[in-house]
Amino acid sequence: MILSVRDLRVSFRTHDGPVRAIDGVSFDLGESEILGVVGESGSGKTVSLLAVMGLITDPNATIEGSIRYKGRELVGLPPRELRRLRGNEIAMIFQDPMTALTPVYMIGWQIAEQIRAHRGVSKSKAMERVEQLLAEVNFPNPHEAMSRYPHQLSGGMRQRAVIAMALSCDPALLVADEPTTALDVTVQAGILDLVRKLRAKHKSAVVFITHDMGVVSELADRVMVMYAGRVVERGTRTELFSDPRHPYTRALLGSIPPLTGQKPRRLPAIPGSPPSLLRLPQGCAFGPRCPVHYEPCEASKPGLGSGAHAAACFRVAQA
Amino acid sequence: MIDADRPILETRSLAKRFSIGTRFSAEGRRTVHAVDNVSLTVRRGETVGLVGESGCGKSTLARCLVRLYDITDGKLLFEGDDITSKSLSELRPLRRRLQMVFQDPSASLNPRRRVGDLVAEPLRIHGKLSAKGITARVAELFELVGLLPDHVMRYPHEFSGGQRQRVGIARAIALNPDLVVLDEPVSALDVSVQAQIVNLLADLQEKLKLTYIFIAHDLSVVRQVSTRIAVMYLGSIVEEGPAEEVFATPAHPYSQALISAVPVVETTPSGTRKRIILTGDVPSPLKPPSGCRFHPRCPIAVERCRSERPELQEHHPGRKVACHFPTLT
Repeated sequence: MILSVRDLRVSFRTHDGPVRAIDGVSFDLGESEILGVVGESGSGKTVSLLAVMGLITDPNATIEGSIRYKGRELVGLPPRELRRLRGNEIAMIFQDPMTALTPVYMIGWQIAEQIRAHRGVSKSKAMERVEQLLAEVNFPNPHEAMSRYPHQLSGGMRQRAVIAMALSCDPALLVADEPTTALDVTVQAGILDLVRKLRAKHKSAVVFITHDMGVVSELADRVMVMYAGRVVERGTRTELFSDPRHPYTRALLGSIPPLTGQKPRRLPAIPGSPPSLLRLPQGCAFGPRCPVHYEPCEASKPGLGSGAHAAACFRVAQA
Repeated sequence: MIDADRPILETRSLAKRFSIGTRFSAEGRRTVHAVDNVSLTVRRGETVGLVGESGCGKSTLARCLVRLYDITDGKLLFEGDDITSKSLSELRPLRRRLQMVFQDPSASLNPRRRVGDLVAEPLRIHGKLSAKGITARVAELFELVGLLPDHVMRYPHEFSGGQRQRVGIARAIALNPDLVVLDEPVSALDVSVQAQIVNLLADLQEKLKLTYIFIAHDLSVVRQVSTRIAVMYLGSIVEEGPAEEVFATPAHPYSQALISAVPVVETTPSGTRKRIILTGDVPSPLKPPSGCRFHPRCPIAVERCRSERPELQEHHPGRKVACHFPTLT
């Protein structure tokens, strides 16, 4: 097992009271497995992955639970130790490549810096490796690209450079946070293809965060659907898409307009909007928007259960 | 109606060029060909969807259509009337009938004013309504877009993204426009909220007999709302036709690649759809390629495509393609 997260809870102290961004998230990730994490903004998908990376440094944050990487507990690990892992064994790709690259250095230098920091190789050795990496992520002219600055590259190219950087030390775990959201579909298709190939070649485990059900269905082996800080459904890709159980998953899949066939006159929309984490209902957070909600949903939050394909819903548990 | 078939908006070889840099900058003064030779006809009551990658000029075209940008070349006709170079004061009566909804509702609404006030603003500027009449109209608009009457006293930040976009829509329809240009109206919204807004737009279109020009990068959303689609590449339209037809049987290699790249939810273990992955990026509109502008990325390009630029030709009625070798069915 590469990554094993148990009952992760993250809360922030704010002016308006405590906010529980993550409320009891657990998942496992095996070697060369792709886990898709789907959810809307505020569902906690990014925060849970930032916690895994040890990147929540806000003094108002409390992190509870257990995050084990190859059996080693990451929660409470000193920053020095974490730094040795990050960028080396655990790498991350962000949504906006511009925030991951510094505008004042050439691409080649930036990627080489990481290799030199973690591997202690000579500058020329590192540069050789950079050229290889850039070729691997399909830069048409890797040698030339090394001496480019980020602003001279297109969005897709920048994201490829960030991916090359993430792969520079052969990470066992790659965390990708909406890496294709800012890109065009044509470029996105190329990046998804790349992630698949790299997984096959490097045997990295990948956690892929997105709000796009289509992307998840193309890429992930297993899927986790999040809503208001909790996992509402998990299962393999086939299980989740051919037999969605949680009303939220069903509604979300139903509200996507089809790309082929008959157009529905109206889309089956989900009423309301995602709840504020400051004012979460006592019971199920999806309750107020749920078409099948009944009394038990008001009183307490449904648990996810332990099955491989599980949904946190009283109706499902009852059925 | 007698003139039901008369186009409400029409462009003839419309072009928009920006000049960037000065003669002192490294590359000198250069010209960006943002929109190039676009001839598009929009009929009353239809929804024309503009699709294409970022930088293809769809937003620039939209802004030209409502004269937020001055047009460099070509003609723009509104109900047959040439408005290409009308002055701002001449345009004012038209502005009422041509409205726009922007992508980010939090950027297009003044955070310091109450939303009721924001929706009333166009009524004050254009309308001949009394203060009482304006209040009544705002209440009516709020109901129309699915907001509660007591929401008028709130500020934009007190709303969720979806509600803010409803305010943006209320503002755009306040003056009973004929044509509304929607530039990525659902892109900034949560997935679970997008469908609500798409449905709202469809309802309003039916109720108010609106004509839409709809821009979005989410192709499945565009297909849902549009009656007709225009696919743009590097400032020009490369394919145009009825929405369902273009999606089912795209004729231009670019449309084919674009549509095949959309990730769809599939329940079968391995993808059955054939995916065309384009190599390279959209070329810079500063120096567009020779011949067909798509040829450097086109999987079926031959010598002729490098030298000769294909015209947008009508192959079936209503179905236009700009390609030397279109896939016609």
